[in-house]
Amino acid sequence: MNPSTANTWDEFMEGVWRQNPVFVMVLGMCPTLAVTVSAINAISMGVATLFVLVCSCGLVSLMRKLTPKEVRIAVYIVIIATFVTAVDYAIQAISLALYDALGAFIQLIVVNCIILGRAEAHAAKNPPMSAMINATGMGVGFTIGLLALGVVREILGAGTLFGITLFGAGFQPWVIMVLPPGGFFVLGAWLLFFAWLERRKLRRAAQPTEAGQHV
Amino acid sequence: MSESAFQIFVNALLANNFVLAMFLGLCPFLGVSGKLDTAFPMGVATTFVMLVASLCAYGLNLLLTAFHLEFLRLISYIVIIASSVQLVEMVLKKYSPALFRALGIYLPLITTNCAVLGVALFQTAREYDFVQSMVFSFGGGAGFTLALVLMASVRERLTLSNVPDLAQGTALSLMLAGILSLSFMGFAGLGG
Repeated sequence: MNPSTANTWDEFMEGVWRQNPVFVMVLGMCPTLAVTVSAINAISMGVATLFVLVCSCGLVSLMRKLTPKEVRIAVYIVIIATFVTAVDYAIQAISLALYDALGAFIQLIVVNCIILGRAEAHAAKNPPMSAMINATGMGVGFTIGLLALGVVREILGAGTLFGITLFGAGFQPWVIMVLPPGGFFVLGAWLLFFAWLERRKLRRAAQPTEAGQHV
Repeated sequence: MSESAFQIFVNALLANNFVLAMFLGLCPFLGVSGKLDTAFPMGVATTFVMLVASLCAYGLNLLLTAFHLEFLRLISYIVIIASSVQLVEMVLKKYSPALFRALGIYLPLITTNCAVLGVALFQTAREYDFVQSMVFSFGGGAGFTLALVLMASVRERLTLSNVPDLAQGTALSLMLAGILSLSFMGFAGLGG
């Protein structure tokens, strides 16, 4: 692997794993918890966010030399809002059922801190290619996070996965898991699990684990 | 399906609490709820921004509908919210510099608080009239403040107790929020 592809891969994996927006940075909590009542909703939300993230980071990066520093946040917000409006109308055209399920949370992608954070922290300082790769990684990481929550909540709360019934007739759905408190509990449990993994890794190898891994 | 103003208020405050039942505004909820001293002012500031934004959004929506420019709704709402946050920031800086410093980075972040945008979007989607919109945004803001204050009180008590090392930090806050949310579900159906 030559240095430049290694670098690209590294930039991509940063969002997927080491800086995962849901589990490591705990950003964009509102859509994360609100739409993950089923796996299919979670994937749709993840893909919609991924699209907005990649497009707006690309555009922000292209315009980074034209944007005056003082009004940059306003410029970013308007760029993001434009793409969100496009996604909003696209989902409405593709599937009305999905549009009803996700509700106002499609429009609320605008205020998802992940997107503004990426635009400010990465896209504004890097060329378009690098910005879009980084954004794709973040988007994929976000989708994985949503999916992890959605799968657990759907299986426990409704006994189904992607709408397919998993258990026999004797299964009592754990309804609280698809209600608001379930979202908090499942995310909390995932965070505990990752903290435990990290702890175990540190104990096994008494050396810094993450920094040297991909270099 | 006209709801009375009282029903809207109770619904927004308790039964459909913005934070604990609709998952709006979680970032400040988890970020600022460490201490009671900052949680309450933060709630009040957010409520104020909500009221101003809701007022402007109502007027703006009339204008956009009159000119058939509904596709610009999202963009114009965001700009309105950003401006009202600036206003609150200037007022606070002038009259209470201490508080201004205490809230720090979380003040400009009210712009990206989905609860504020949520109020504007929901009142449009539900076609509330002027009075209903104002009551809705005040109830939502009060509910946000209530959730923030409750959470901060619980977390202040928790600093004194012995929590397993592994569960420190965000995981613990999320579990607490889950329990609070569970208890708020008891209010379901209160607004009729």
